[in-house]
Amino acid sequence: MVAVPAQLAAPPGIKAEVKGLNFYYGDFQALKRLNMPVHEKQVTALIGPSGCGKSTFLRCFNRMHDLYPGNRYEGEIRLYPDNVNVLAQGVDPIEVRMRISMVFQKPNPFPKSIYENAAYALRVRGESRRVTLNEKVEEALRNAALWDEVKDRMDEPAFNLSGGQQQRLCIARALATDPEILLFDEPTSALDPIATASIEELIHDLKNKVTILIVTHNMQQAARVSDYTAYMYLGELIEYGVTDEIFIKPKKKQTEDYITGRFG
Amino acid sequence: MAYAKNLEEIRALIASHKRWDLVFACVGVLALMIGVLTFVALFSDMAIKGVPRLELDFFTHFPSRRAGQAGILSAWVGSCLVMLTTAFFAVPLGVAAGLYLEEYAPKNWVTDIIEINITNLAGVPSIVYGLLALGLFVYQFGFGQSILSAGLTLALLILPVVIVATREAIRAIPQGIREGAYALGATQWQVCKDHIVPYSTAGILTGVIIGMARAIGETAPIITIGALTFIAFLPPSPLKPEPPFVSFDWLTSPFTVMPIQMFNWTSRPEAAFLVNAAAAGFVLVLMTLAMNGLAIYIRYRLRKRINW
Amino acid sequence: MSAVPGQASMPMAPSNASTRLQQRRTRILRERAIEGVLFLAALVSVFTTIGIVYVLLKESVLFFTHVSLWDFLTDTQWTPLFDDAHFGIMVLLSGTITSSLVALSIAIPLGTIIAIYLSEFAPFSVREIAKPFLELLGGVPTIVYGYFALLFVTPILQWFYPALPGFNILSAGIVMGIMIIPYVSSISEDAMRAVPMALREGSYAMGATRFQTATRVVVPAAFSGLASAYILGISRAVGETMILAVAAGMQPNLSFNPLEPAATITAYIVQVALGDLPHGSIGYQTIFAAGLTLMVFTLFFNVAGHFLRKRYREAY
Repeated sequence: MVAVPAQLAAPPGIKAEVKGLNFYYGDFQALKRLNMPVHEKQVTALIGPSGCGKSTFLRCFNRMHDLYPGNRYEGEIRLYPDNVNVLAQGVDPIEVRMRISMVFQKPNPFPKSIYENAAYALRVRGESRRVTLNEKVEEALRNAALWDEVKDRMDEPAFNLSGGQQQRLCIARALATDPEILLFDEPTSALDPIATASIEELIHDLKNKVTILIVTHNMQQAARVSDYTAYMYLGELIEYGVTDEIFIKPKKKQTEDYITGRFG
Repeated sequence: MAYAKNLEEIRALIASHKRWDLVFACVGVLALMIGVLTFVALFSDMAIKGVPRLELDFFTHFPSRRAGQAGILSAWVGSCLVMLTTAFFAVPLGVAAGLYLEEYAPKNWVTDIIEINITNLAGVPSIVYGLLALGLFVYQFGFGQSILSAGLTLALLILPVVIVATREAIRAIPQGIREGAYALGATQWQVCKDHIVPYSTAGILTGVIIGMARAIGETAPIITIGALTFIAFLPPSPLKPEPPFVSFDWLTSPFTVMPIQMFNWTSRPEAAFLVNAAAAGFVLVLMTLAMNGLAIYIRYRLRKRINW
Repeated sequence: MSAVPGQASMPMAPSNASTRLQQRRTRILRERAIEGVLFLAALVSVFTTIGIVYVLLKESVLFFTHVSLWDFLTDTQWTPLFDDAHFGIMVLLSGTITSSLVALSIAIPLGTIIAIYLSEFAPFSVREIAKPFLELLGGVPTIVYGYFALLFVTPILQWFYPALPGFNILSAGIVMGIMIIPYVSSISEDAMRAVPMALREGSYAMGATRFQTATRVVVPAAFSGLASAYILGISRAVGETMILAVAAGMQPNLSFNPLEPAATITAYIVQVALGDLPHGSIGYQTIFAAGLTLMVFTLFFNVAGHFLRKRYREAY
């Protein structure tokens, strides 16, 4: 990634900007002409019915699609303040993933100890000093509101934790390297209501520290948790705006129909 | 009344069909019993004739013209050394190939050719591997009729087994784990070395053990290389008292292995040698049984340990 | 590592762009190198095949400069080491064919029956014991089976038929057949298990018994898998060496009568290898010609089996 002179730097308060994004699975166009800002240290929610492309959109941010053959991006996702296009051919996806982390729908802790799970991202970057690792692991687990529950059993297998705890461990793991953006792909759809509530509270606390982009099929969750909301339908961004405005006075009829439950 | 008659007929029909069920179940058990009986007969035959011969001197003597003094020392040492060489080549090659095919290989014609070759090689008779070794390793490359040639040959022979076991073990790892690791910024090799290989170790181990069990019992390729059937000396030891303390002379030494020793004794008409053959056979069967049993046990434990 | 959360872990001042670029280049190079090494390991299988083809062809070509292909295929004697040398491969082939027929007439029926029984009839506990047991049966070294055939089975057969020679194809074939049963049964059983439960349910729902469902629905549905299992069995029988070398004698004999001794292609190769043949002599070359014949057969069967297996895997 090449640094850009300061005068071309970002509009204030914007962490990333999506410009004219098209995405193709082979011949099928899954995302159409998406344009959207991502506000810094705010929570932006992506909502829409099944198959509208919200997860596909989310995965563009950290180049997850690169793992599978036959996928193609068009357009830009500009990351500020250095104004680099995350989707550019010349940009290394591994570097992107070191700056933008992801939490998945189904908690996927590694079959290792709790400590090793939290430390993995640090190890991948070559960090091996015990002192630094311990520090960052504790910080990450505290940020994920898990520290008090696991501090005495850091060497136990991560599989021993409950579903909600495992998901918080995955969040801690993603936080350990201070990412610039944290992507959440339906993080609570596999969890029970109590775990869901704790994750939502966590997201609320985290937004002071990191920019968050969350995909959710649960509208009420979007309304509770996010500052900005984007409504998608069949690969297009139908409406984007401040969450309260979208839910109280949507500008487009399509948005209103979805929000009031007329379909989807 | 027509209805009642039909019911009776139906019941009779069902009863006769069910009789076939019973007949077939019995036939099935019988067929299984044939296998069981053969195994039991084989094992007990070896045991009855061979176990009396299993005294310490049997393991510590060289073969001899006098049956009572003949032993399997050179044979089992040779087998161990050959197994060592085989594992040394087969394990890294097999695991690396399996890893490449599952994690790296693109779907193109090169990959297809590699996969076709592996499937094909699994079905090539072991004696053809012997011919390959004779023409290529012994003469063309000049490794001679040595442990090195034998180890290389057997490694190639069991390579498909190791590769298939590696691939199946890797395939069992859910995609979510890979994605989680990639999403944290890991490179492909980091994902492989930190996750893929450690989590598939048990499955790979099972395949390696089964492959080695097969290699221990292989006779034909080793005979073809030219392992002699009467060896009354041991290959030079790998460990030496003077520096550099490790020697590789044993790789180029002539040798014999357990199955060949048994073959040699079986070919003799004297009854005493046949007893030796039974004893050697018993040891051989025990070894392969133990290895196969270990592999089956590991596979069973593996099913219970990591539940994705 | 930045102490302020939210900032990039990579510093953004231009002076570090070059270090990042350098780090990235080394990382990419390292990844490519590792991939290259793994690829070479995967290529070993291709090299092996090439090696086999090369070795067999090289010596066979030399062989066929001395012996015409026509003689090779039609001569009725195989006496390569005599002064009046004959090289009729049919002699050895007759041994291979006879022994394989005997073996397969045991392995295919029994293997299929066991597979049907385990897949459709047997309770879980029986299957859990039988499957590993069959694996063990298939794992016994063939030299041990050879011993068993010579010294246990032959005497028993001689009790029924005293005129049976000490070396004969029949007992070797029987033992070989039992050895092959696990191969046939395990692949057949996998093929039958792959048949979806929905098909069976359809059959049971019409009042069929287990036997009827097994024979009328499951076996036909699994047919290509069964065929590939049989072909694997054939391949195995044709390529078997030690059982025949020990129990069938090594005397070339153009006959299809299993009650006589005979040499198979594989046993002949062993016999020659046991002796002392100078590298480059015609005798040395005969084993490669024989090996080439064997490869042609097994290759044919392997390819047929491969296509059949692909077909049954794609059916669902």
